[in-house]
Amino acid sequence: MMSSGAERSAVEGPRSTALPVTPRDPSTALGMTARLEGELMEISMGPQHPSTHGVFRMNVALEGEVVRKLKPVFGYLHRNHEKIGENTSYLGSMPYTDRLDYFCSMTNNWAYALSVEKLAAIEVPERAEYLRVILAELTRLQNHASLLGFLLSDMGAWGTPLMYAFREREIILDLFESLSGSRMMCDYMRFGGCRCDLPPGWMERARKVVDAFPRFLDEFERLIVSNEILIARTQNVGRISGELAINAGITGPMLRACGVNYDLRKVDGYGFYPRFKFRVPLGDHGDCYDRLMMRVLEMRESIAILKQAMEQLPAGPIMNPKVKIRAFKPPAGEAYGRIEGPKGELGFYLISDGGPNPYRYRVRPPSFINLTVLEDLCLGHTVADVMVILGSIDIVMGEVDR
Amino acid sequence: MESLEEIKARAEAAVPGARIDIVPNPGPANQPSLLLDNEHAAAIALFLRDDPALQLDHCSNATGVDWLDRTVSKKVKVKKVVEGEEKEVEETQEEFFPGYLEAVYHLYSMTHKHGPIVIRMRTADRAEGARLPSLTPIYRSAEFQEREIFDLYGVRFEGHPDLRRILMWDEFEDYPMRKDYREPDDYEYEPTAHDDVLEKAKQHSSARPKLDGAEKLTAQS
Repeated sequence: MMSSGAERSAVEGPRSTALPVTPRDPSTALGMTARLEGELMEISMGPQHPSTHGVFRMNVALEGEVVRKLKPVFGYLHRNHEKIGENTSYLGSMPYTDRLDYFCSMTNNWAYALSVEKLAAIEVPERAEYLRVILAELTRLQNHASLLGFLLSDMGAWGTPLMYAFREREIILDLFESLSGSRMMCDYMRFGGCRCDLPPGWMERARKVVDAFPRFLDEFERLIVSNEILIARTQNVGRISGELAINAGITGPMLRACGVNYDLRKVDGYGFYPRFKFRVPLGDHGDCYDRLMMRVLEMRESIAILKQAMEQLPAGPIMNPKVKIRAFKPPAGEAYGRIEGPKGELGFYLISDGGPNPYRYRVRPPSFINLTVLEDLCLGHTVADVMVILGSIDIVMGEVDR
Repeated sequence: MESLEEIKARAEAAVPGARIDIVPNPGPANQPSLLLDNEHAAAIALFLRDDPALQLDHCSNATGVDWLDRTVSKKVKVKKVVEGEEKEVEETQEEFFPGYLEAVYHLYSMTHKHGPIVIRMRTADRAEGARLPSLTPIYRSAEFQEREIFDLYGVRFEGHPDLRRILMWDEFEDYPMRKDYREPDDYEYEPTAHDDVLEKAKQHSSARPKLDGAEKLTAQS
């Protein structure tokens, strides 16, 4: 297989040469495992490794078991999404955004719809905005739940927590299916509203799911967060400072785990988020444990938003009747729209030349940019920790490689 | 937040010799941008990041845009002497605009929670002169994104710590996001036993279209 950097050594790269190599203490376990005195061993982790969440590869240089250099290698799932977006109509890109982060098609749809709405100054009916909030928060619930399951699976808690998380995710996917006809590739939102209204009985089912969710969360939290092994594996692992996180463009729960209060639902106030009362959980240490807890706490806030939104959901149209979504030609101009996706800031940058296709269609993928600091997080930790750190970043290769 | 004109004036005062143009955005999104001159772009970006009133510390998005060479034909009324009489005659004049590649950055402030400020830089041309200063030393988040622009558009970022292809493989030769990119017939055109395939692929991609229709576009000024 031809791959980027196949014969390239992981050793090169100017940042790595300036690395401070901590002196080894022979009395510690790390010193004992570092058998190759002063020599680095190169390992290519991935792309077929089950813990790399898809086809992701890391060129790692190890000193014993300790990571000294790390270069991520991308592109195994690259299909030039942006080029395809430039060659199709505005509506034609909508189902294709589902395939970016295939766990969260609803939020992908929303980010794209929001950008097109900015580009063409389209108003969205009130009911559609509420539906968007409800679906985005349900997406956040299932994304965070399955992330926790995957993360525990990476740590060696094989199967059971993942199945627990997937049980909850399945129920939410059932809701998506009965609404949009598809479990994961929902293609539900349109610029100017949503594609279809709720089927009869959907809201009652959704209410039940939301009401039952805290029970799962309590149980899951009891099982994991005070678990000694989990604490040993995650606390003080992969720490990152708030300053570096801001400078490196880290967004989403990973940023807030460093204590930076930046949630687009509060900052931009898009959709109807200013109407809901919810808190933004913040971490303190910026390590894997905080990132994990961020997800647990965010799920609780999502439930609070969901309950309020379901309470307030008004009747009315779900689609702006003035928008011709099929022969859609926005005026010439450009717009950048962004939302708080479950993985971070998901943005779309569109340039229109007045034609039926965008002249430029750009996706700002949160998990791709969150990987910028992967090397900084992993240095000095063991190989086993790399998997935990990668799991705590929450990546999906459909979005990273586009 | 201040208006773009105020930011422009302050940045030009802070960075001696800097030249900033405001690129209008005719669309309803109302996000005009600042066009930086390449020589001082890094210094201006540093000013935007560190100025206490602005503190644009979050470089959210960095991307490339390709603008092809284009000729705009205009009908101009010219006074001419025809058969001893002075007449107004309509003549078609062709104006040539050389193409360039553009890097666009969307900056926000996490401290003051404002933004976006859109900044752009333009290369001299689309071939050898496709060079821009890298903003990675100022915004680490541009590291992978500038690599992606290099990979897909062929802009060389000077000062980037680790500029190499990121999504395409290293041996790949063209820049797939350019507007005149033609995909080859066969992706397996390695120059091994497939010389005939390579020849075919060359033929296929030889005719490079000069696309037009970019006149209405925003970033052209």
